Amino acid sequence: MTPVISVRGLTKSYGDFEALKGIDFELCAGEVFGLLGPNGAGKTTTIEILEGYRRRDAGEVEVLGADPATAGLDWRGRIGVVLQSSAMYENLTVAEQLAQFAGYYEHPRPVDEVIGLIGLEEKRDTRARRLSGGQRRRLDLGLALVGDPELIFLDEPTTGFDPGARRRAWETIRSLSGLGKTILLTTHYLDEVEQLADRVAVLREGRIVASGTVQELVGGALATEIRYRRNGEFVVLETDEPTRVLHELTTAAIERGEELDGLEVRRPSLEEVYLSLTQAEPE
Amino acid sequence: MRLFRHELRSQLRLYGRSRELAFFTFALPLIMFFLLGSVYGNDRIKAEGNVRAADYLLAGMLGYGAIATGFAGLSIMLVIRRESGILKRVRATPLPAWAYVVALLCTTLIAFALEAVCMSAIGRIFFHTHVHNLFSLALALLLGAAAFTTLGLALTVLIKSAEGSSAVVNAIYLPVSFLSGAFFSPHSFPAALKAIANALPLVYVIRLVRDIAVHNQQIWDRPGDVAVIAAWGLAGAIIAARRFRWEPQEG
Repeated sequence: MTPVISVRGLTKSYGDFEALKGIDFELCAGEVFGLLGPNGAGKTTTIEILEGYRRRDAGEVEVLGADPATAGLDWRGRIGVVLQSSAMYENLTVAEQLAQFAGYYEHPRPVDEVIGLIGLEEKRDTRARRLSGGQRRRLDLGLALVGDPELIFLDEPTTGFDPGARRRAWETIRSLSGLGKTILLTTHYLDEVEQLADRVAVLREGRIVASGTVQELVGGALATEIRYRRNGEFVVLETDEPTRVLHELTTAAIERGEELDGLEVRRPSLEEVYLSLTQAEPE
Repeated sequence: MRLFRHELRSQLRLYGRSRELAFFTFALPLIMFFLLGSVYGNDRIKAEGNVRAADYLLAGMLGYGAIATGFAGLSIMLVIRRESGILKRVRATPLPAWAYVVALLCTTLIAFALEAVCMSAIGRIFFHTHVHNLFSLALALLLGAAAFTTLGLALTVLIKSAEGSSAVVNAIYLPVSFLSGAFFSPHSFPAALKAIANALPLVYVIRLVRDIAVHNQQIWDRPGDVAVIAAWGLAGAIIAARRFRWEPQEG
């Protein structure tokens, strides 16, 4: 199957600053792919090159079989874009706004169906300026969706949300995925990709430093910690083979007839994995 | 064309919804005309061939309306849309760029046409104004307003932020209107101010409109003025075509 997005050796500099130092990844149809990284890692540069807003310096990029830098209006009809900041006409209602954008596409999704998808039925006839931040973001999603695109780009869809609003946005994004859409999403929240993405690439300083499923990242990034207390002091063992180490440890303790105080086996938390992936190594 | 019609309808609705903008660029020239007309509309202006002041003023205020609606209103609205990211978002849709821009220009011209009709009605009802050569007058106003819309597009290139847009725009078009004699006859202005006004397009628009509406000439009798206005409009269109930005200043 040909990939929906294919990126090879992509580089981009702004003056002396190398924003992207050669990245590669692919997205298959129907997949939700997360581009994870801290601010300034190159996420928005990447997504805006794929959307056709920015020119690349080098590398090969193909999105829906075309080069975004030269793709035409038909190609634009097949993608949906949510920018990092909400952008909409403040004086139009939710329904009017969606109808205006729907008019740009050959085969738009019916406006009321989109309103249902984004859960704004109650706000149908409310002007954008009176919506809350979370509601605006969902309308943003609706505007990206109204053309019934095959591929949707979401640039930090939940940054700055309270937990409830994030959950509702996640629900909406999941429902898009349920419609069979391919989704590329950027975020700096690991729990967001854990909730939404099938696969993840972690960007740091313009390079992809890790990729795979969230489980692979969490499993492979950091050693498991085994802790217990001996004579009132914590002993911490870090290991990639927790089963063997734990077995040896407990066997020895049983032979000595000791109890291991406060014995604990810890998998690294998402937070720790994220920090270890996105911050420069201490050495 | 279907997309263009759709966009034009949408833009007209948006224009009607934006109260602040509609007030400053649409209603304010009408109010100014009413006020100035009440002050000296019944005088005669000796320096301008002893014409009735109200007739003379109406021509100037039509020019002022053209620059307020076409130039000031359009550029403020566009900068706000650009900086809020709406233009960037529209660029991600299959709507062709020309359809968006032309729909916006047409919307502006329709708004100005409505304003010109209102202004003529106010003149007629309150100050008994009389205009000559309606056809030539309409052409002249269309030419002037169209030139100001492309200059308004070009001006957006220079404005960096939404906050600064109305300050910059007001600082340009209000003094220009004053210098160009929109509010009263500039015949007693010092030569330096006249020289500045003559380097700007509005003075030619107002002169053309006056020559037609007050002095009973036709637009084709004034090819020099027409050429200057068209050149300004063309310059604006060229700058806009080369430098117009769809994306906000930052990122």
